[in-house]
Amino acid sequence: MKHLLSTTVNGEQVQEAVSPRTSLADFLREDMGLTGTHLGCEMGACGACLVLMDGAPVHACLVLAVQAEGCTVETIEGLTETGAAADLQARFHDRNALQCGYCTNGMLMSAQALLAANPDPSRDEIRDALSGNYCRCTGYEAIVDAIAATASDRAGRSETKTEAAQ
Amino acid sequence: MQLEELRTEGGKVKLPSFEYLRARSMEEAWALHSEAGGDALYLSGGHSVVPSMALRLQAPSRLIDISQIAELRGVSVAEGALRIGAMTRHAEVLADPLIAHHAPLLSQAAPHVAHPAIRNRGTIGGNLALADPASEFPAAVLALRAEIEANGPDGRRLIAADDFFLDLYETALAPGELLTAIHVPLPPESRLFGFDEIARRRGDYAMVGVAAQADVAGGVIAGASVTLFSVGFTPVRARAAEQALDGAPLSPESIARAQAALAQDLDPPDDPGFPPERRLQLARVLLGRVLSRMEPVK
Repeated sequence: MKHLLSTTVNGEQVQEAVSPRTSLADFLREDMGLTGTHLGCEMGACGACLVLMDGAPVHACLVLAVQAEGCTVETIEGLTETGAAADLQARFHDRNALQCGYCTNGMLMSAQALLAANPDPSRDEIRDALSGNYCRCTGYEAIVDAIAATASDRAGRSETKTEAAQ
Repeated sequence: MQLEELRTEGGKVKLPSFEYLRARSMEEAWALHSEAGGDALYLSGGHSVVPSMALRLQAPSRLIDISQIAELRGVSVAEGALRIGAMTRHAEVLADPLIAHHAPLLSQAAPHVAHPAIRNRGTIGGNLALADPASEFPAAVLALRAEIEANGPDGRRLIAADDFFLDLYETALAPGELLTAIHVPLPPESRLFGFDEIARRRGDYAMVGVAAQADVAGGVIAGASVTLFSVGFTPVRARAAEQALDGAPLSPESIARAQAALAQDLDPPDDPGFPPERRLQLARVLLGRVLSRMEPVK
């Protein structure tokens, strides 16, 4: 039996009938057409499907769509549209922090939440925040660079924290 | 083949079909559980239930969402104990000042529990009810000598953590009974605590972990509580190590005796690629590290 789900996705009130077994990730991708939420392992290990649920990153593959009742969900499309992560996205581009790009949207979710909670993270704290995000291309160094650079930008500093400077 | 069929037939990572119902009270939850004849699971954060169903390790016909039940929420101090509601998420355990003050082993364990995004959804009640032997919180509640509050149609009961973890993924909860809270006795200000684990990468399952607490009175240890995890089918109280500490000053000598005593406490399973001798050795090293860094709450 389908359930009527009322939730807010990227600032928009949504009402949809969903079957209980539909994950939030499948709901976003298939019912909402928001394919920026990627699916990797579908068991909470890889972090490709992270979305912000009531402001906190969660695995959309481990949340049932029906559990998003009354919640606020933000996907990469929402962050892109509002420009909230535009500087972070630009730094990922500058620093070659993506190759195939499959993990990038999940990385951006972790980074966005980290910088909101901790505007001046150390490289260790950045690595810790990314510990649940797999990237099979870049080796993470450039991703950490991009996030550290964004933190510096947002703090109005010109220098960026690099491995050598610490 | 249509997508819906693929999900049923081919896709091993999509959940099998089930009925989803929301319970607004404990009474309703029990009734929905008993109505399903036991073929039901309670759903809180869902971070064990959902992947286990996606991997087809279990396929209950009904999931009962208990996240709206008021009794499962909140962290408070009453009647000489800290009560942590079962729905308290790992990230809340990590940040809660009452938990940091009265149950610091849980605060110290929390950063080691999975990854940040998992901690935003997973709940401490769900974690304890699953009873994964490699998990941090079960060992921490055991070391804290906490009690597990369970509520069922036959009433409310408090189960000592020592009597709660029975076997691999097996607890003292009766079918249909809800794990509603954890009660931690309020510690004296001077109590010493220590927690650490050895894992290859941050967020990985621990190869071995230690949670310990002890009081020091008149220069000697009293009531040492030492538990290890990822060393067997349940978290383990290291009673021989505790006896080696009790009555002695906390010193390199007493710590060495506790490390030696671990051989009596642990019988690690023979895991291919990870022989029991190596796990015991890691446990000894980690126990020495934790005991020599025991601290009171700051």
